[in-house]
Amino acid sequence: MVSQATQLAVKAEAIVKNYGETAVLRGLELSLPVGEVTVLLGTNGAGKTTLLRILAMLTSIDSGNVSIYGTDLSRNGPDVRALTGSVLHSPMLYADMTIRENLMFFAEMYRLQNVDDLIAQTTEKVGIEQRIDDRVRTLSHGFQKRVALARALMHDPQLLLLDEPESGLDTRSVSRLDQIIDDYRSAGRTVVMTTHIVEHALEIADRAVVLNNGLVGLNSANPSGDRAEILAAYSPDTESSGSAHQ
Amino acid sequence: MKGSLAIIWAIGRKDLLLEIRNKDVVVAVAGFALLVVVIFTFATDLNQANAKLVGPGVLWAGIAFAGVTGLNRAFALEVEGNTLEALMLAPISRDLIYLGKALGNFLFITVAQIIVIPVFAVLFNLVVFRWEMLAISLLTTLGFSAVGTLFAAMSVRVRAREVMLPLLFLPVVTPLLMAAVESTSHMVNGRSWSDMSQWLQLAVAFDVAFIVVSAFIFQHILED
Amino acid sequence: MTKVLNLLDPLLILSAALMGLTLYLIFVWVPTELNQGAVQRILYFHVPVAWGSMLGIFVVSGSSFMYLWKKNEKWDRLAVASAEVGVVFGGLMLLTGMIWARPVWAVWWTGEAKLTTALILFFIYVAYLMFRAYFPPGAQRMRLAAIIGLIGAIDTPIIYFAANLWADAHPPIIAGPAADAESTLGSDLGMVLLASTLTFTFIFIYLVQTRYKIRKSEDDLIELKRASTAAVMTGAN
Repeated sequence: MVSQATQLAVKAEAIVKNYGETAVLRGLELSLPVGEVTVLLGTNGAGKTTLLRILAMLTSIDSGNVSIYGTDLSRNGPDVRALTGSVLHSPMLYADMTIRENLMFFAEMYRLQNVDDLIAQTTEKVGIEQRIDDRVRTLSHGFQKRVALARALMHDPQLLLLDEPESGLDTRSVSRLDQIIDDYRSAGRTVVMTTHIVEHALEIADRAVVLNNGLVGLNSANPSGDRAEILAAYSPDTESSGSAHQ
Repeated sequence: MKGSLAIIWAIGRKDLLLEIRNKDVVVAVAGFALLVVVIFTFATDLNQANAKLVGPGVLWAGIAFAGVTGLNRAFALEVEGNTLEALMLAPISRDLIYLGKALGNFLFITVAQIIVIPVFAVLFNLVVFRWEMLAISLLTTLGFSAVGTLFAAMSVRVRAREVMLPLLFLPVVTPLLMAAVESTSHMVNGRSWSDMSQWLQLAVAFDVAFIVVSAFIFQHILED
Repeated sequence: MTKVLNLLDPLLILSAALMGLTLYLIFVWVPTELNQGAVQRILYFHVPVAWGSMLGIFVVSGSSFMYLWKKNEKWDRLAVASAEVGVVFGGLMLLTGMIWARPVWAVWWTGEAKLTTALILFFIYVAYLMFRAYFPPGAQRMRLAAIIGLIGAIDTPIIYFAANLWADAHPPIIAGPAADAESTLGSDLGMVLLASTLTFTFIFIYLVQTRYKIRKSEDDLIELKRASTAAVMTGAN
């Protein structure tokens, strides 16, 4: 048995991903230890979302190796996917079903037990319990995002993947999200996220990884300490939208 | 095994629930097929002999073309909200997603036929309420859903999806379409099971081949 | 760098020489078939292009299978090259067949099993090429195209069986003046057909090989573009 301290939650070796003429990841190497909150930074097109999608096993890689908790993804059965929970860019919900129906359906897809209790707990944790019998179509984008978060948390995954989870959330929901991420870290679980509120993310993260043109540009285990350096690596000359400067 | 059937049924039932709320697919298929049948009653002189001659072809061509519309719509619904990706995130194998979606499509096209076939029987004055019709209809719908679900999943990211799906789907299902038309033709001419047995066997072979191959192949379709 | 068009390609020279010989055999050497007349000579083209289109389908199926198994891009290139050449041969087959059938069978088209099968397969492979044209390039396109190729292969025997059953139920109209008459050519017919088929096989291989090389160049170009954008972006930092 490998000790918790040395085990890696994510290990990516020389991963390459091309979309037609565009090279998105160009031999990226990345190791993330268990129990850390990592924030992925980088300009648009740097490969953050693609990396998250690869870890979520939605996107296949052209070459290289990726493993999650020691399991190689290319040789996985579907069970490996139970290790991860993902909130990606779109909420991925059935608009004409209620929150409860959506969560019930996905609970079945994850073969979960005690579904009613589980849904009650999770919806309370993300603060959506009062509208549980409303159709998803009637909810705001931020609210839908919280439903998506509930779905990702329901099966209690080891690795939580969050692609800009704060988008559309009000300040109260953001602090609730911080609490969830904090609980995750305390439970010895791992979080990998992207963000558009960089300053805030650097405060809550244990590690910041700056992606630059399909490669790791900077990997800092002390994000609040290396703030200036990270911001410089992340936005080299021109400021992109959603920038860190306030 | 039992768990797998539960997953397939859960996906099919979810599609059914959404269909009951929206009626997107069944209305499209039944409406389109009905129009084909109705328009053909004007396009030909429907005396008893003509009806027997062209009726089966009109019915199944109508259902095939209408089916394409429905299959397109059914898969588009799963893709519009990116929910297909949510299914792909779940720890279930891809063949279960395929079989679940195919089950949904099978149910929709079956319901559409329950609406279309009686109207066809009235307009063409043909006796179709027989056990043979049930067998033909089930076998044909099974094959349509098996191939159609696969091709619909492949076409969702294509620029001209509405054009691409029929171009892929119709030539591949031609043998099944021939089987449906010929068996129905035997039936309206009052022949027995044994006359149509070769065609029904062909339909069974088609269905088995494509359900097995599609379930096996489906995992290659979903990842980008 | 691979040069795509090379006039000294041995396969091209061989095909051209054989074509000269075949044309001589068809138009000068072999006597006119007495029942069908001069139009019978079209069969010396029709049969070889039909064979070429079959060869195309066979290679597409085989390389599609190999691509799904090995995930090596060369199988995808071979598949698309032989699909394109196969569809051209298939189109020629349908066209020459109809021109021949009109005087000999008295119809342009009939529900004969081989004709039905050929036509449906032609549509499947046209759809295969259209799919490739509409789909954004990349690994996913190769995978999906290979699946269509494989489905076409699985469907082929089923189509053929159905077309035969269909032809039994609806006897094809073959009513021309010389539809059933024995050929007056004897073994000469087989000889010329064999020579012509051989020639068209070499042409088929040459065309597929050339298309394969073009495809390879296209892929190399994409690779170069990727590398250069990456270099520009790295340089900017």
